[in-house]
Amino acid sequence: MNGEADTTRWGASTPVTVDLRLSVNRDEYPITVDTRETLLDTLRERLDLTGAKKGCDHGQCGACTVLVDGRRVKSCLTLTVTLDDREITTVEGLADGDTPHPLQTAFVDHDAFQCGYCTPGQLCSAVGMLAEAAAGWPSVVTPDMNGAPRLDDDEIRERMSGNLCRCGAYVNIVAAIGEVAR
Amino acid sequence: MRPFAYRRATDARAAVAALSEQPNAMYLGGGTNLVDLMRLGVVAPEALVDVTRVASDTVEETAGGGLLIGAGVRNSDLAAHPAVRRRYPMLAQAVLSGASGQIRNMATVGGNLLQRTRCSYFQDVSKPCNKRQPGSGCPAVEGDHRNLAIIGHSAACVATHPSDMAVALAALGTSVHVDGRRGVRQVTMPGLHRLPGDEPDRDTVLDPGDLITAVELPALPFAARSRYRKVRDRASFAFAVVSVAAALDVAGGVVRDCRIAFGGLAHVPWRARLAEEALRGSPATAAEFARAADAELARARPLPGNGFKVPLTRNVLVRTLTELAETP
Ligand SMILES: Cc1cc2nc3c(=O)[nH]c(=O)nc-3n(C[C@H](O)[C@H](O)[C@H](O)COP(=O)(O)OP(=O)(O)OC[C@H]3O[C@@H](n4cnc5c(N)ncnc54)[C@H](O)[C@@H]3O)c2cc1C
Ligand code: SF4
Ligand code: FES
Ligand code: FES
Repeated sequence: MNGEADTTRWGASTPVTVDLRLSVNRDEYPITVDTRETLLDTLRERLDLTGAKKGCDHGQCGACTVLVDGRRVKSCLTLTVTLDDREITTVEGLADGDTPHPLQTAFVDHDAFQCGYCTPGQLCSAVGMLAEAAAGWPSVVTPDMNGAPRLDDDEIRERMSGNLCRCGAYVNIVAAIGEVAR
Repeated sequence: MRPFAYRRATDARAAVAALSEQPNAMYLGGGTNLVDLMRLGVVAPEALVDVTRVASDTVEETAGGGLLIGAGVRNSDLAAHPAVRRRYPMLAQAVLSGASGQIRNMATVGGNLLQRTRCSYFQDVSKPCNKRQPGSGCPAVEGDHRNLAIIGHSAACVATHPSDMAVALAALGTSVHVDGRRGVRQVTMPGLHRLPGDEPDRDTVLDPGDLITAVELPALPFAARSRYRKVRDRASFAFAVVSVAAALDVAGGVVRDCRIAFGGLAHVPWRARLAEEALRGSPATAAEFARAADAELARARPLPGNGFKVPLTRNVLVRTLTELAETP
């Protein structure tokens, strides 16, 4: 599907499906999706990639965070049909072969989780967040909006506020991310 | 969720044409509000026309010294843009104080302006709500309205507009470019959103099928000294209880010009013209800032559960203007 894609079935009362190729963790998946399907459901229910978690299904918790073209998004509010030409990265794709991503190592070293339910979302969010900071994006707590941001603990907390942790592992999450950031 | 067809538009005309073919279709931006409302059953379009690739990377200088921003630009790109940060800091701060990093990466400028109220009755289809179902009643008046309007509301609806970005755009007097069945036109903020009156189902002055194509920030050199301050129930990732966007032009201790708008108070981003009027030509002192706040808030009609917003708004404005006056 490309350009002015069109499913043509206006006014449908039965499910509308679309064929597309999804690229996830550099693997191609030809797949037929219901237009109503979210990326989170496609990943978990269809592609057996259960790393991304469903916490709230309303954009409020961040457990479903994945990267689309390198940017962190909430997969529970992303319709799969919109993604045919995008590159999706989930927590399963962060490691380099058998070598964990530096953030994964830091989370283990700092004990940055208890139950682990929020962790895949925290990791994907932190990967996206570090790229945003590296690109010079300010946050609302950045003292000089026009300068390069310094990732101190306040900055990390603010930038990671879209990811909740019911176990309250925040102190160690901030420390783990801080170690990789600095 | 009701099944829907999906179509992707690559230019504005095609998007408008697609919607005029199908009255029950809606535009899809980042989907951060729309997908949620569809899942909740609040809206049930038969088709979505994806407009995220229409004007998705336009941020350009205008002949008049302003900035034209495409409706498809993501909130995070808008806030990170060097010209926005330098020339309109209150806009960058307003966007950055909204939602979370993930949501700002998804949300578009057009979708942000047209997001619906967070009134809990509006989102709960088992409850009456005049905005969702005209004539069914407004349970918020007697019920939970702590976070709802104190100014400009009606007996029919006391909802607030939830956008932070829109508050800064209203303060700046932004022009919204619209393409629709009757051609193109521009609407100047705060005139995009409307007070509820007895038609609370209409959030804005737009007609069905109207597409927002861009927002145009006017040249406003003194906006380089501006800021957005937001008060909320937790430190981050929460909607505003009260917020203010303010720009101040001070010379020799006297206010030459200013721009002020409030969020969290009304059905619209509330441009505080009475406060602005009261301030122009006055000394830039805390006493005058308080007098200006009172001039605006004299019109407030708080509900039993949200009277605290009146002194809170006053204090937030005084504090924000005082900081701006002290900024070199
Ligand atoms: C958990 C959570 C927390 C949030 N916190 C905040 C907050 O603190 N502050 C804040 O300001 N916002 C907050 N938001 C709201 C968020 O900012 C909006 O959901 C977002 O800006 C909407 O943009 P979108 O592109 O995703 O719009 P969509 O959801 O795609 O669309 C919203 C509406 O706009 C219409 N539309 C979209 N684009 C156009 C266009 N170009 N022309 C005409 N119509 C169009 C759609 O049909 C729909 O009716 C929060 C959202 C969530 C989920
Ligand atoms: S305040 Fe408005 S949105 Fe909320 S219940 Fe009343 S009519 Fe509905
Ligand atoms: S499941 Fe997506 S944010 Fe909670
Ligand atoms: S570790 Fe349990 S929710 Fe975060």
